[in-house]
Amino acid sequence: MELLIALAIGALIGSGVWLLLRPRSFQLIIGLSLLSYAVNLFIFAMGRLAVDAAPVVKAASEAAHYTDPVPQALVLTAIVIGFATTALFLVVLLANRGLAGTDHVDGREPPP
Amino acid sequence: MSAWEHLAILPILLPLAAGASMLPLGDSRRTLKIILNLLATLALLGSAWMLAGQAATGTVEVYRLGAWPAPFGIVLVVDRLSALMLLVTAVLALAALLFSLARWHRVGVHFHPLFQFLLMGLNGAFLTGDLFNLFVFFEVLLVASYGLALHGSGNRRVQAGLHYIAVNLAASLLLLLGVSLIYGVTGTLNMADLAPRLATLASTDRALFQSGAALLGTAFLVKAAAWPLGFWLEDTYAAAAAPVAAVFAIMSKVGVYAIARLWLLLAGNDFGADWLLAIGIATLFVGMLGVLAAQELARLAASCVLVSSGTLLAMIATGNAAVIGAALYYLVVSTLALGAFFLLVELAERGRSAAADILAVTREAYGEEDDDEDEEIGVAIPATMALLGLAFVGCALLLVGLPPLAGFIAKFALLDALFGALGTHAGVSPGLAWLLLALLLVSSLATLIALTRAGLHRFWAPLAPAVPRVRVIEMAPVALLLLACAALTVWAGPALRYLDATAAALHAPQTYIEAVLGTPAEATP
Repeated sequence: MELLIALAIGALIGSGVWLLLRPRSFQLIIGLSLLSYAVNLFIFAMGRLAVDAAPVVKAASEAAHYTDPVPQALVLTAIVIGFATTALFLVVLLANRGLAGTDHVDGREPPP
Repeated sequence: MSAWEHLAILPILLPLAAGASMLPLGDSRRTLKIILNLLATLALLGSAWMLAGQAATGTVEVYRLGAWPAPFGIVLVVDRLSALMLLVTAVLALAALLFSLARWHRVGVHFHPLFQFLLMGLNGAFLTGDLFNLFVFFEVLLVASYGLALHGSGNRRVQAGLHYIAVNLAASLLLLLGVSLIYGVTGTLNMADLAPRLATLASTDRALFQSGAALLGTAFLVKAAAWPLGFWLEDTYAAAAAPVAAVFAIMSKVGVYAIARLWLLLAGNDFGADWLLAIGIATLFVGMLGVLAAQELARLAASCVLVSSGTLLAMIATGNAAVIGAALYYLVVSTLALGAFFLLVELAERGRSAAADILAVTREAYGEEDDDEDEEIGVAIPATMALLGLAFVGCALLLVGLPPLAGFIAKFALLDALFGALGTHAGVSPGLAWLLLALLLVSSLATLIALTRAGLHRFWAPLAPAVPRVRVIEMAPVALLLLACAALTVWAGPALRYLDATAAALHAPQTYIEAVLGTPAEATP
């Protein structure tokens, strides 16, 4: 499972960085979204991967088999913030598209 | 628990309440918004002043949210450094707000709430003692700054805003990666709790922790606009509305603050010092080139921000308490002076065409002379221009570091401390320190040349003399910031003593750690 998660994060980061370096604003926002998914998965994995373990422990006997709740709380916050900033970025992106008349990130087409 | 103990959270709650209460007010209730915003900013200034007074005695005030004991709950910490940053922010915010009241707050919607949310994010970032909350407050201030950077709209702002947002979103992801990696290795997010845990870290985990710290540092360097991560800054600051650019002058200092705080607390200046020094020197150099190359006054001001960032980063990297004390004085002076400069630039540029700048530089390059020199003899300089010119001279003296203003004291203290550090070889490699010394002087010279040239073209021999219409409320904030710098000159002794104590406390984080982790019983009601 560790290998699978690591590969998934790596693939997401790789595609995210590649898209981030592309010249079109749509590619930019998809790249940023992919990157944020990868980062969210990474935060989640930092609490160690555990199967069938509860984050809230009631009795001391359960303490041997539980999952760290803090990264789960962190990832929730990160998702909310990432969602809001992506929405905001989308608005700026559309405004730029409308004002510049092109979806190039520099606001003008490169000379052919 | 007396009401005074809640003072520490006031700089976060006050802007939050003010900003939130202004949101539902429509555009027609502008006067009410102005009053609310002014009151909140003034109250912020008052509370920051009181917190600084409290911190000056050396107490580290710890505010435990929900009275949870430290490593588990979230803490706010007010020590000398935090209180200092709060105070600088409040002064700058008051000046920018006053300036915006003349006309800038009307050019777009939601200026007032966004302004308060920006203050909330800034204050939160300075106060928090928790890594994840640092990220949250960074996001709060960045989201507000995205809105403010676009304030007034227009093609140029949206264009610069797009780049600014993209770069900072990517940097925030790096910040998150660093924070979670550090949590994964050490199991805590509390800054004070991290420091003692590092000592017991297994050697296999140390590399992981250091990569987390490096990611975190990279994210902060992006915010501080260090080379090569700072190309977003010039466009954004030059394009932003003047009062917004003035508040942004403190924003690049948030990255510097975070590095100073965390690097000295966690790394104990044995990790990446040479890198930080080299990056600082490179930033200083690139900023200097930018200052010399700038044709537009706003761009010149933005390049001065880079110079200031580079100087600070390099100074912090020396890891010497005396140098950092002087650097903090430089931070305060340069932030206030840059704020005043951004405001002044807008006043001076008002009613001028952008082509005039380029024309002036071209004329200088080709050595063309004025034909109508005889006619200009005897033309009196209008009072407005004289006042603006005087303020410009004040800003220039501060930014270059010439006597008699505080800029000189800052530069002098820096050079003095650096010479002292060279004598003792305290963690600074001599070659780099000499390079830094030389570059510091050369960058002052470059700033002097660029500002003199700009001042001559703008105030003494303008191609198309146009006297801008300036209102008192626009001149007052510039005067306020310059007066604050003048006060720093007059009371340089107490200020430097406070800052030296700040730097010494940063180098002996034991007090900070004990205050945060210490007996939680004292804080329970």
